[in-house]
Amino acid sequence: MTPVLELCGLQTSFVTPGATIHALRDLSLSVARGEILGLVGESGSGKSLTGFSINRLISPPGRVTAGEVRLHGQDILPLSEPEMRRLRGRKIAMIFQDPMMTLNPVLRIGTQIRDALLAHERLSDAEIRTRAIAALDEVGIPAPEARLRTYPHQLSGGMRQRVAIAIALLHQPDLVIADEPTTALDVTIQGQILALVQGLCRDRGTALIWISHDLAVVAGLADRIAVMYAGRIVEEGPVDDILDAPAHPYTAGLIASVPVPGQRGGRLQQIPGRMPALTDLPPGCAFAPRCARATAACGTMPPLTPVNEARAVRCIHPLGQEVPA
Amino acid sequence: MAEYIIRRVLQALLVLTVMTLLVFFGVNVIGNPVYIFASSECDQACLSAIIADLGLDQPIWRQYLTFVGNLAQGDMGKSFTHGVPALHLIFERLPATLELAFAALVLALVVGLPMGIYAGLRPDGWGAKLVMSFSMVAFSLPVFWIGIIMILTFSVQLGWMPSVGRGDTVDLGFVETSLLTLDGLHHLAMPAFTLSLIMMAMVIRLARAGMREVMFTDYIKFARANGVPERRVLGAHALKNILIPIVTVLGMEFGGVIAFAVVVESIFSWPGVGKMLIDAIAVLDRPLIVAYLICVVFMFVTLNLLVDILYSLLDPRIRLGGGRA
Repeated sequence: MTPVLELCGLQTSFVTPGATIHALRDLSLSVARGEILGLVGESGSGKSLTGFSINRLISPPGRVTAGEVRLHGQDILPLSEPEMRRLRGRKIAMIFQDPMMTLNPVLRIGTQIRDALLAHERLSDAEIRTRAIAALDEVGIPAPEARLRTYPHQLSGGMRQRVAIAIALLHQPDLVIADEPTTALDVTIQGQILALVQGLCRDRGTALIWISHDLAVVAGLADRIAVMYAGRIVEEGPVDDILDAPAHPYTAGLIASVPVPGQRGGRLQQIPGRMPALTDLPPGCAFAPRCARATAACGTMPPLTPVNEARAVRCIHPLGQEVPA
Repeated sequence: MAEYIIRRVLQALLVLTVMTLLVFFGVNVIGNPVYIFASSECDQACLSAIIADLGLDQPIWRQYLTFVGNLAQGDMGKSFTHGVPALHLIFERLPATLELAFAALVLALVVGLPMGIYAGLRPDGWGAKLVMSFSMVAFSLPVFWIGIIMILTFSVQLGWMPSVGRGDTVDLGFVETSLLTLDGLHHLAMPAFTLSLIMMAMVIRLARAGMREVMFTDYIKFARANGVPERRVLGAHALKNILIPIVTVLGMEFGGVIAFAVVVESIFSWPGVGKMLIDAIAVLDRPLIVAYLICVVFMFVTLNLLVDILYSLLDPRIRLGGGRA
């Protein structure tokens, strides 16, 4: 079966008269129907940009400069802007990080739902109302009729994120890109939102890309994960395999950085150094300067190499292999 | 809300007290109006009679108390020169000024808002640069100079526009207006445009700045990600957010425009209150000056109140009334 979404060799660049910066390079991944892909990485690794590259909402001067974005096997990059608009929200929906910022502060919840509905369907006022109430009800918002008349600031952060999710799922999209939607929320609310999104996507067979820097969240949610570093995918595979036995030293560093309960007092593991700026990437593996296993061979960029049929890693000296002296 | 309005009225009373004190004693220091308008044949006895008649023989503090007493009964005194109630004179000429100021306001919005929005959306284009240069020029050039140049160009050289007066007016029963006749509009065009330039420049700058800020917010991205058509994104989601500062500034400016239409009214011989004030100052007609300024204070207070109320309509997060949210 064709995956819902495939990215093939995607390259997103910021082109200015002075310089061209490639923020995403050679990015390939796929999500199947009903599958949850966790896209993990530090800030600046390009994970959010990947989301915006898919629905082509990158702020200028950024744009996709190479590769393909295939939705149900069809490349959507050649589509015109009006054709693209008709996909957004209907086929590809997005949930953002900060629910305080996602909803327009000066428009009523009802108006914002109405606009999202009318973007793709012709409906009467009564139908809009019914649909809006049903959508809010579905994401567990109490007294949905009354909520239609409220403004975002009258709702709590968790409620706002529920409204945003309701809006994103109005047209039963095939793919939802969730860009750290629980990061700004309390831990207890995080759990509720996670369960909500997971449940809704599973029921409808929606493919979900969950962008996060939080491995703990992804570990409990995703089927597969892809780890990004400096605009490239460095490791990809089933979530349990990767968490149990990471092959890329960066992935291993990320996993080790997660505080473990019951190990209080000890120093937290860190990855030394920081991610290089996109304007100043080393010639080969971008992680090499921070990597304990780096050798001279890391001066050339390794390809994303399959480890087994489900996993791939972009490393010359993956963990579990001897580093030649 | 009621508490809020009462506080506003008390503030206004304080401003009124200070203003009347300043004007009363200030005008008194400049000179004695009697010498300006009494005829040259008038001897000392005749002068004394006039002085006594106007109440100028009293000590200044007693004059002030009498004035305050009369004011409390709604009497602002009679004009020294015209011999009729000052308020009557003002109301006779206020419609012409209001008409001019209103036309200028509408012009500033109708022309300035689209220009500013355009410049905010394409900040690097030559169109935006042109718009911004225009706003700089409109803001910087002195109003009287622009007025004179317009008269020189369009009235004297080209002969297209009339340079003096209101033209044909229509009597609506309670007020005369030149807005409803072609000749009236013809006469109104140049003074209204001249008066609107500063407001227009301000609207352009505010709209541009607001647009540039709003277009990068998550709620605009979210609306786009839901496939909301661009026209609706700009016309509702963005516009309502940028209107808040514009309404504030215009509300405050509008009072200023009415109060200081003096220059434009003088240049175009527009028979409004501004021109009347200039004439009143020239002959030290104290009651008229004070009455006019009282009206201006009243106008400012009312306008600020209106702006606050409009504000709470535009931005639901602002609710009027004390510390309670």
